[in-house]
Amino acid sequence: MSTFSQLVYLIPLFPLVGFLINGLARNSLSKSLIGVIGSGSILSSFILSVLIFTEVNAPGFSPVVVKLFTFINVPDFEIDFSFRVDQLSTLWLLIVTGIGFLIHVYSASYMYNEGAPHFARFFAYMNLFVFSMLLLVLGGNYVIMFIGWEGVGLCSYLLIGYWFKNNDFNYAARKAFVMNRIGDVGFLLAVFWLLAKLGTVDYTLVFEKASTLSTFDVTAITMLLFVGAMGKSAQIPLYTWLPDAMAGPTPVSALIHAATMVTAGIYMIVRSNVLYTMAPVTQGLIAIIGLATAVVAATIAIKQNDIKKVLAYSTVSQLGYMFLGLGVGAYTGAVFHVFTHAFFKALLFLGAGSVIHAIHNEQDIRKMGGLKKHMPITHVTFLLACIAISGIPPFSGFFSKDEILAGAYSANPVYWVVGVITAAMTAFYMFRLYVMTFQGKFRGTSEQEHHLHESPAAMTIPLIVLAILSVVAGLIGIPEVFASNAHWLQQFLSPIIAKPHEGHALSHSTEYMLMGASVGVALLAIVFAWITFSKKPALVDATGAGKFLANKWYVDELYDMSIAKPVQKLGSFFNNIIEKNIIDGLVNGVGKSIQYAGRQIRLVQSGQVGSYILIMVLSLVLMVILVFYGNNLNPIINAIFK
Amino acid sequence: MIPVLLICIPLFTGIIACFLPNAKTAKSWALLASIATLAVSLLSIGLQKSSSQLMFDASWLPLLGSRFTVSLDGMGTMITLLTAISFPVIFVGTYQNSYQKPGAFYGLMLLSQAGLMGVFCAADLLLFYFFWELALIPVYFLCSIWGGEKRIAVTFKFFIYTFAGSLLMLLGILYVYMQSPSHSFAAANVTNIIWAEGSQNSVFWLFFIAFAIKMPIFPFHTWQPDTYEQAPTAVTMVLSAVMVKMGIFSVIRWLLPMFPDASAHFSHLVILLCVIGMVYASLIAIKQDDVKRLIAYSSIAHIGLMGAAMFTANASAIQGVMFQMFAHGINVIGLWIVADVIEKQTGTRKFSELGGLAQTSPSLAILLVIMALANIALPLTNAFIGEFLMFSGLFTYNVWLATAALVSIILAAVYTLWMVQKVLYGENKDVATLTVKLPVGTRLMLIVLVVVIFAFGVFPQPMINLTTGMVSSITAQIK
Repeated sequence: MSTFSQLVYLIPLFPLVGFLINGLARNSLSKSLIGVIGSGSILSSFILSVLIFTEVNAPGFSPVVVKLFTFINVPDFEIDFSFRVDQLSTLWLLIVTGIGFLIHVYSASYMYNEGAPHFARFFAYMNLFVFSMLLLVLGGNYVIMFIGWEGVGLCSYLLIGYWFKNNDFNYAARKAFVMNRIGDVGFLLAVFWLLAKLGTVDYTLVFEKASTLSTFDVTAITMLLFVGAMGKSAQIPLYTWLPDAMAGPTPVSALIHAATMVTAGIYMIVRSNVLYTMAPVTQGLIAIIGLATAVVAATIAIKQNDIKKVLAYSTVSQLGYMFLGLGVGAYTGAVFHVFTHAFFKALLFLGAGSVIHAIHNEQDIRKMGGLKKHMPITHVTFLLACIAISGIPPFSGFFSKDEILAGAYSANPVYWVVGVITAAMTAFYMFRLYVMTFQGKFRGTSEQEHHLHESPAAMTIPLIVLAILSVVAGLIGIPEVFASNAHWLQQFLSPIIAKPHEGHALSHSTEYMLMGASVGVALLAIVFAWITFSKKPALVDATGAGKFLANKWYVDELYDMSIAKPVQKLGSFFNNIIEKNIIDGLVNGVGKSIQYAGRQIRLVQSGQVGSYILIMVLSLVLMVILVFYGNNLNPIINAIFK
Repeated sequence: MIPVLLICIPLFTGIIACFLPNAKTAKSWALLASIATLAVSLLSIGLQKSSSQLMFDASWLPLLGSRFTVSLDGMGTMITLLTAISFPVIFVGTYQNSYQKPGAFYGLMLLSQAGLMGVFCAADLLLFYFFWELALIPVYFLCSIWGGEKRIAVTFKFFIYTFAGSLLMLLGILYVYMQSPSHSFAAANVTNIIWAEGSQNSVFWLFFIAFAIKMPIFPFHTWQPDTYEQAPTAVTMVLSAVMVKMGIFSVIRWLLPMFPDASAHFSHLVILLCVIGMVYASLIAIKQDDVKRLIAYSSIAHIGLMGAAMFTANASAIQGVMFQMFAHGINVIGLWIVADVIEKQTGTRKFSELGGLAQTSPSLAILLVIMALANIALPLTNAFIGEFLMFSGLFTYNVWLATAALVSIILAAVYTLWMVQKVLYGENKDVATLTVKLPVGTRLMLIVLVVVIFAFGVFPQPMINLTTGMVSSITAQIK
């Protein structure tokens, strides 16, 4: 029953081949062929993923591990290049290849104005991105996961800096890579820790042997892995790269924020849930960091005027939610939110791309407005996504967010309160964004207005597909209060997750009350935003506390002052003072005194080269003397060394 | 016979090359000679480990108790292969460069190769010393005759450093010779001396400093950036790809087996120095404005990791060092070739004067980015395997030192991507001059290197297997 699962290696292979063809033949392929190769490779992977999914979903399935070859084999450990097919990886396969495919199709139209070689370069990077993410998801051990883990970091670097003439973009790209690297060091340390304690990084073996780990070890390992997740999934303190990653073309943002990359941290922690359940201290920290990230990012999003920046901070905030879920043990809830968020966030970014396309690369929402009559499809789909992310039933975001909030409530009601406030902020800034973009009057130039148009079908069809999914995706996780045993996702994931979270211990009446409260607050926020901004769009620069938020709490400046600058200064100090004056000064002193001595005995007049030969000869003479008369010198030498 | 051929082919062809009058003949002759050496080296991989072809022993200086004993084990095979690959790659990669007195230039290069081969094959301590000097002397001449503006001062510094090291080592060799019961320099002899407790400690330093200068380990490193900057690029490639491995190789071949107690005793100090050096060199690399100096400091940081890993006495770490010796050699040649092409064609190595080359020279951009990624040990490049093994061993040795050392991989990303950005990205400042056309040979060699980088990054096991036996015998000796 695992015919297709055995072929799992083809799933990453297709995008890899697509990357190689588009990358190597970039100068000779036509744009349409490039688009077909780029999207077709992902479609092939998606089809195979669906076939594998049917196998995994069939009753009696047990995880399939496909070993390709032995990657590293040394006496202390053996690491296989192997892929693991199980419920968790299959779910991610569907998200990555499914949404990835839609984004590729969209890109073929969105990027069409690029010259053919650059168009090919773009698709090559995109395919490589999907390839890396697939390695990350499919890897049968932490090292293969790490290959993909760093791979997505590389691809985000390449794609953020895709327009490499602009140095601001290049800085953003480098920032993304370096911040991810900081996280990666944590991940690597965790891998070394596992190798040192258990001698293996294979998931099956690690989770089997996990009970032999001391509490200290398991806490340290989970903490270090979480540091990795902070980098990849943009959590405090390593989140500042993600908003800057907007420098890349808009489909890239959709890919990073929805289908790949940022969900990696959540995937990794769910994958390691056996370890995390053993480390309550780490879980507590994850919940707090997640919650803090959710709040901070939401406050920043309220005051941003760049359409993509608002969405970027909303991603950071939503990821914070997911980590809150992980921290309180609501693993299924976190996965569920990844799933629904992938649809509406991809939709929001692609919708934003459609808008940006229509008004010739304008991204400032203060210069938009009234787009609904010019771009009906973009408008409707964007609105649906806004409702979904705001958590209004029966849209998908409601179900997943509710599950996390219920989990948070049973862990600590304070978490729930803060979570609901964040949900209100989310609804507020999303509708601020929506109203300022699509309602009211157009505030751009008349020339822009003249050119306003709905995007072509290659762009709108993905929007429509994603909109449908954003609306209905919640149906895979209907909570117990509405219908018993209707939570398909929870049943599907039950073999992966060590023990279900305690959210279901809540009484039905409490749960209804919680839901009612969060939906009510979100609705109020929507109405408030609608009234405020349709009357009077916020066009002036923020002042006071608003300025603080608009400047993102000055965190970038803080990092620059406390980390980047000191590192540079230290480098200069080492370079100019220690290296040139102290170490080299000593050496040159020795050298000068030798030269001086040489001049005194007037033997080095023939120039430098001559002096080398001289010293060589002298040394050989010394050697001969020592060797021939060495036995007589023995006592002396012994005396020196004793 | 194979070790003898590896030494003699470059030795004799080198001597002949010195008398070749014109550039074209000298270039072709050197290239042919290096390819012949490579062929012999490839042959050695196919042979059984205990094959008699891999050993040679003859009387040399009977009066001194020294014999001409050369042999190849797994580590020797690996490192001679690196040496054998490097030279033809360097010759082709820098084929368009022209030198005054080309015969002498190529002759000295080949002589240096002969010395290197000897160092890696010698199984007699005095013979080892002889080849050590034979490898270095041609380099002094190459730097001081064909180097950049400041070549004389820089070569003098390089000379003082290495010569001081050599002298100390010579003293150490003689001391070991005195201590060996049968008064012989044979490897089997000098590694089996029974030392009184603590008596290894001082002689350990005589050897260690010589090797530390060669690698180089902080704070013995300041000759390196200057020399790399001033030497002709072909020589810099030899220095950084192969010659620094002399230091690492010699620690594993001689120092650890001869003085296992002292090595264990001082391992904390040495590893600490190495880790300090890694972070120190990485921080300095961030502040460089010159492609060559950046690569030089980056190389010091990478070598520091190998230095630290060697002294952990951990099998994985030492395996990592073996792997990384090869990987680093390949990757650094790639970086130098790119740096050389850029300098030759744009006339500058300064970041402040470069920029936007990705626009005008896309192939160069792709190749440089791949080399840069290998330099930061991205997974699926060969450097990842080596660094992974070394860090995992270092972690077992000491968690905090490993963590401090890992800071350097963050910094490596900072400076390497900085270099990429300054050279390739941004607006092209002057399209007319800032264009780099890769000559066919150079392009071909870079592609070969890229293939090697990924081949061993994805399938590292054959290279690991080559040296497994050596690793287990070393770890058995020092435990």
